[in-house]
Amino acid sequence: MNNLFSAATIFGIIGMAIRLAMPYLYAGLGELFNQTAGCFNLGVEGIMMMGAFSAFYVVYQTGNLFLGIAAAAVIGLFMGLIMSLISVTFKAAQGISGIGLTMFGVGLSSLLFKTLLQGTVQSVAGFAPLKIPVLGDIPFIGETFFQNNLMVYLAYCLIPVCSVVLYKTTLGLKIRSVGQNPQAADTLGVSVIKIRYLCVCIGGVLAGIAGATFSIANINMFQEKMTNGTGYIAVALVYFSGWKPKGVLFGALLFSFVNALQLRMQVLGINIPSDVAMMLPYILTIITLVFVQGRDAPAALSVPYERSEN
Amino acid sequence: MLLKIRSFMQKTFDAILPIFATLLALIIGIFMLKSLGKNPLDAYQALFEGAFGSQRAIIQTVIKATPLLLVGIGVCIAFRGGVVNIGGEGQIIMGALASAAVALYLPIPSRLIMIPLCLLTAMAAGAVWGGIPGFLKARMGVNEILTTVMMNSIAVYFSNFLLRGPMIDPHEIEMGTRAAQTAQMPEYTWLTRLAPPTQLNTGTILAVILAFFAFVLLWRTTIGYRIRAVGFNSAASKYAGIKVPIYQAMAMILSGAFSGLAGGIELFGVQHRVLENISANYGFNGIVTALFGNLHPIGTIPAAVLFGGLMVGGNKMQRSVQVHSAFIDTLLGLVVLFVVAAKIFSTNRSKRRAKNE
Repeated sequence: MNNLFSAATIFGIIGMAIRLAMPYLYAGLGELFNQTAGCFNLGVEGIMMMGAFSAFYVVYQTGNLFLGIAAAAVIGLFMGLIMSLISVTFKAAQGISGIGLTMFGVGLSSLLFKTLLQGTVQSVAGFAPLKIPVLGDIPFIGETFFQNNLMVYLAYCLIPVCSVVLYKTTLGLKIRSVGQNPQAADTLGVSVIKIRYLCVCIGGVLAGIAGATFSIANINMFQEKMTNGTGYIAVALVYFSGWKPKGVLFGALLFSFVNALQLRMQVLGINIPSDVAMMLPYILTIITLVFVQGRDAPAALSVPYERSEN
Repeated sequence: MLLKIRSFMQKTFDAILPIFATLLALIIGIFMLKSLGKNPLDAYQALFEGAFGSQRAIIQTVIKATPLLLVGIGVCIAFRGGVVNIGGEGQIIMGALASAAVALYLPIPSRLIMIPLCLLTAMAAGAVWGGIPGFLKARMGVNEILTTVMMNSIAVYFSNFLLRGPMIDPHEIEMGTRAAQTAQMPEYTWLTRLAPPTQLNTGTILAVILAFFAFVLLWRTTIGYRIRAVGFNSAASKYAGIKVPIYQAMAMILSGAFSGLAGGIELFGVQHRVLENISANYGFNGIVTALFGNLHPIGTIPAAVLFGGLMVGGNKMQRSVQVHSAFIDTLLGLVVLFVVAAKIFSTNRSKRRAKNE
């Protein structure tokens, strides 16, 4: 079985990639809403950590997984509100305020973990795999695609939903116009401020859920800094996607595949030091960022909107 | 005359804003502590005593302030050039690793040669690590915030690889403990300790001198003027004939060099070997420091002392009133948020004034 090219290994890697893509999808689609409306939210990492902790803590206390997801969503919403207050209302520089939000979220999640759980690593019963009838019984393919947990299926269902919202509804048109030309949108009676608040909050909720998938739908425990830069990669992914939901899917799968590959290489004892293998996703991120330059970003991305006064 | 007074008032107002932001963060901290069931008064008292309560505490604070100051100066230069350097962590690590390699593998037992050589190596490594995102930004417009964040992660894993493999202390292998650290640096590369037995060393003096140097560089030289012009208005600078990409890249390279030097000074002045967590969050806290200092190298000096104090006091707070030091990270995040949000008041004021005149 020690062969990287056996069918079992290949399907194993693909299956792992499909599960690992989940946080990238939630966070990436959330950030897509942000950026389509012209807001660059680098606080995703911090929101994810807070989502991971609050979901874990609620499940640890109540055992109710849906309450856990709801908690992560509410915390994400709250942090999205903070971010929109600072970057939309106070018109702060968005890159740096995102770093502030991340420092806040990562710090607070550690503080709560050390105080409320005394810093001990414990596990909870997370989302269990849900086998889809018939399809789940196909050898290899069933195991790979149709025996995942609910949050994995939901993540993939979210892509068409986002596509429809952004490209087939009035709201989506408003969001895109606010990101492309806020002055024009404002003239036509679209409230730039409201749309941006809405999108940053949607991004916050999805980032919170993305964090929750770590602690209650994947490894089912909480550790400090467990998201380990996923939030930043999710932001980069949106650049990679060319600001399209389909692109987010493709990017998320690419990254999770590289991740799964490097994890599996370690298990198989292929002779690459694990620390070197761990660098791969980050190097890949930089390379993709270089190659996607020149794609059409929302024109008003990371520019705070100011009504001209004359 | 009136104009001078006004400009002075404006400057004072700008300098006071970060102080308000920090106070606001501390006030929110009171509520956080209360809701965690801790006594805020006790916690803040421990924090203050741990930071500034005794001569020993103050020396510890100054030791921590040194890398913060250097990273902070670097952040100032980058921001002034209109680029954001979040990569301090990685640049510190690479600076420490590269200079450690020189110190360990280049057997020239002369302080006069080795100390400058090691510190210059640290700067060069940091400059390269900051220069790569700088180059990508200048040449291809790649978002430097994202690339510097990625460079941080790459540096962390690269350092783990070296510290567990090629650069591990041979003693650790002999003893079978395999702690991830390098051998101790040879004694002739150590920076002079100023107040033994504490770790206070000449690196602190160097950092303060460099703060003034950075001020002169930014405000009294052509290079500095161009870096600031590019940061202030890149389109106008371009029309004025300044090669914008070159000065953007230069701002990142200089910024990285200062962070790299922070790694070198932490290594040769304090730790004497590269450990796993040598960057100790200085890369991020240095950003807070620079913001608090209003992105001015001289303003960064008191800011570094303040935040160095918070880092030291946070440990004391953790020991004596069991408030985990992650509380300080949380506060620092809030300080960043409030400082950047408060900028609206200073820019609004100057705009209003411009309109009235």
